[in-house]
Amino acid sequence: MTETKTPATPETPKTPTATTERGLIPLPANAARALTLIGGAATAASAFLAWTWTAEFPGDLTVYGYPGGLQWLTFTGGILIVLFALAGYGVRGLRWLTPAGNNAPLALTALGALGTTWFTVIAIAAKLGGLVNLEPGGYIAAIASLLPVIGAFALPEPTGDTTKETLRHYTAKAEKIPAATPTTPWQQRLIITAVTIVGLITFTYGIDTAYGELFIGYLILVVFAVWALHTAGLLDRFSHLVTGNRSFTLAMGFLAAIAFPFTQTDDHYANIGVNILIFGTVALGLNIVVGLAGLLDLGYVAFLGVGAYTAALVSGSEFSTISGVQFPFWASALTGAAASLIFGVLIGAPTLRLRGDYLAIVTLGFGEIFRIAVNNMDGDSGPDITNGPNGIPSIPDLDFFGFNFGESHDIAGFTIGRFANYYLLMVLVMAIVVLVYTRAADSRIGRSWIAIREDETAATAMGINGFNVKLIAFALGASLAGLAGTVSAHVTYSVVPNPYQFAGSTPPNSAFLLAAVVLGGMGTVAGPLLGAALLYLLPEKLVFLQDKSLLAFGIALILLMRFRPEGIIANRRRQLEFHETGQLDVPDTETLADEPAVTKAGA
Amino acid sequence: MTTPVLEARAVTMRFGGLTAVRSVDFTVNTGEIVGLIGPNGAGKTTFFNCLTGLYVPTEGTVSYKGTVLPPKPHLVTKAGIARTFQNIRLFANMTVLENVLVGRHTRTKEGLWSALLRGPGFKKAEKASEERAMELLEFIGLAHKRDHLARNLPYGEQRKLEIARALASEPGLLLLDEPTAGMNPQETRATEELVFAIRDKGIAVLLIEHDMRFVFNLSDRVACLVQGEKLVEGTSEVVQSDERVIAAYLGTPFEGAPGEEEAAEVAAAEAHAEAAPSTKGDTQ
Ligand SMILES: Nc1ncnc2c1ncn2[C@@H]1O[C@H](COP(=O)(O)OP(=O)(O)OP(=O)(O)O)[C@@H](O)[C@H]1O
Ligand SMILES: [Mg+2]
Repeated sequence: MTETKTPATPETPKTPTATTERGLIPLPANAARALTLIGGAATAASAFLAWTWTAEFPGDLTVYGYPGGLQWLTFTGGILIVLFALAGYGVRGLRWLTPAGNNAPLALTALGALGTTWFTVIAIAAKLGGLVNLEPGGYIAAIASLLPVIGAFALPEPTGDTTKETLRHYTAKAEKIPAATPTTPWQQRLIITAVTIVGLITFTYGIDTAYGELFIGYLILVVFAVWALHTAGLLDRFSHLVTGNRSFTLAMGFLAAIAFPFTQTDDHYANIGVNILIFGTVALGLNIVVGLAGLLDLGYVAFLGVGAYTAALVSGSEFSTISGVQFPFWASALTGAAASLIFGVLIGAPTLRLRGDYLAIVTLGFGEIFRIAVNNMDGDSGPDITNGPNGIPSIPDLDFFGFNFGESHDIAGFTIGRFANYYLLMVLVMAIVVLVYTRAADSRIGRSWIAIREDETAATAMGINGFNVKLIAFALGASLAGLAGTVSAHVTYSVVPNPYQFAGSTPPNSAFLLAAVVLGGMGTVAGPLLGAALLYLLPEKLVFLQDKSLLAFGIALILLMRFRPEGIIANRRRQLEFHETGQLDVPDTETLADEPAVTKAGA
Repeated sequence: MTTPVLEARAVTMRFGGLTAVRSVDFTVNTGEIVGLIGPNGAGKTTFFNCLTGLYVPTEGTVSYKGTVLPPKPHLVTKAGIARTFQNIRLFANMTVLENVLVGRHTRTKEGLWSALLRGPGFKKAEKASEERAMELLEFIGLAHKRDHLARNLPYGEQRKLEIARALASEPGLLLLDEPTAGMNPQETRATEELVFAIRDKGIAVLLIEHDMRFVFNLSDRVACLVQGEKLVEGTSEVVQSDERVIAAYLGTPFEGAPGEEEAAEVAAAEAHAEAAPSTKGDTQ
């Protein structure tokens, strides 16, 4: 939704007070604006009513005077509408919400609130069997959430030739975003901290959603809210802020990641958290191979498997074929990474001479060979190494200097359970992988990866030994996945061959890993992590989809690729592209180096 | 004239039944600017590819300053031959500065470990590389665009950037494949100055061009390739007046002319009007 073509009305200055035009819905502009404000407030208020008579619908929406479950989402949506509506009125202190003064953020939040509210109402009717199960509050909420949408689409906007085009104007990003007012370094850090906290709360809420309906409602609201922030130009401003404060943002991100288990009371969610981290870390490793070096690897999950199996073999499990051996974790982590590295070189050396499609097919084959080989190394069809399909169970928990990962610990009044322990360990592993990724990417070797990806012939003509450089990327990616695998073996108690396949309905598998990278944004750090989180949560939360989850996932992927091919988080290179096309009129004076917390006020 | 910078001996390149380059001997001496001309499809680009290791010549050897080069592009660049491409091959999604930094690949050594550990040596090397790259960007006049994506540069600047990227590998010989293709007269003039300036840095230049005025102005020596064979070689005056060269050009349709006759007429008229028959400009 970034490109905006306005052939019909090329240079209409968009000012909120232009009353010459009428909106899509014929209403006076003043009334329209008032309607958005009142409607937003009404939507928020309707969350305090009872929407249904029975607590059978999860979340208990039967209480007057206090929102519950999905009603919180409606409430939040209503508040967002009010904020954007007030910003539209030019209320001091809220002007920053819509720096370009466009109405799209308002329209989008209104749609988001409408979506989540109507979804709830429909879900109640569907789940409990009919509209009779709705209390008057439910109807009021449905109508109230409609008001801001009517209001927003009655606001004057340039009309296109077709309704479709006109609708696009209502949801388009502002063409020119005025430069941000200069901020001091401390203000910038404060903003980043605040955004991190909001992000953590939002994210934690998503992971903690206890039932599928809540998760869907949450997704609807979040997607529209983020879209709204994007059209307002706030995401661009924030990412610019981040470029100036890279190290600080990274540190805040990790603090937030560490804080997550402390916000949880149920270790189940820490389990989800640690799995997301494992998945995300592997996706980030894959991002080196795919995103930086441009090598399409369809068998990447095998390296996770190599790491996991290696760790399981040296874990001291009684079922390990070398059960007498028990390495300390640091040693098994290194062994796992090294085993993956060797495996990566063995696979890479013959295949990396191939280009493009051929490489993809060969890696796909090797990935499957790993799983099948592991399946057969059971003493019957092959040497007894992996116990075949039974895998290696009863992998003991880790123990760091008497700190047993299998037990709960009380830290500063918080109870940190088994999965939370592993979660924190995984944050450390992820930190290492992020560090490796960012440092490698911003160096001579990283540049040669990108050069190879851009144009292999030109790159070799510039003196780059294509094969060597690609092999390094491949091996590095493999060893990072292996490292994550060593932790994952302990988290899951056992390793079996099955998860390490090309495609399946639950992550991690090679297809999901690749999807996480592409969906999240190739060549970025945050992209694959976000993509992995989404792809892990969707099948986890939407259990009712069951076997249809792959279909749903496919459709979602197609839609995303159609509307945002660069992934959810666009690469810096894409941002630079936007600079040149004038979508962000903030002069970019940053250097490319990863300067620690450069502070250029209002740069 | 001392040891030649480049010495190609009996280079032959066959694609199946087609002999694109036929037993070409070629030398470039220190401090020389040599032009390579020839009608479309004569095998000029193929010859360049043989010199730089992109193609493994079917027969013959290429040596640089007396040592025979292995036909591997990265080793050729490392030895000291850098090139540009006929149809610009920049790293489109990298910035101007990054493009030049990639060109410095062979002159820097930092591997993965030093990138991960970020010792003082790494920082120093990165800084030095960047300084050198900025010098080059200043030299070709693109310093102010260092953070632009290469794809967003205008055409003429892309050509210049490709030259800067090639220069970044600190070559002793620069091969330019139609450096002025698609340029307007002013830009062509500027490129002329640029090539002289490069020569003044002590870098020998071998260039393919279709803009005859450009070639004959610049070159100390010009060779004409026709159907893979070196027809003539000599000073501008010699080549310009050589009948075989004129015939070769007349016998080949160019500039997308609809008919051979018309093309010949135009060329003939041009050849009469000015000593340097100007032919096609754009080969994209
Ligand atoms: N890889 C290849 N495989 C087969 N034939 C090739 C290949 N490369 C070039 N040729 C052929 O070799 C001949 C010489 O082509 P080349 O590109 O070297 O010509 P050129 O002199 O550079 O022409 P132009 O002035 O149009 O650039 C052409 O007939 C071309 O089709
Ligand atoms: Mg050519």
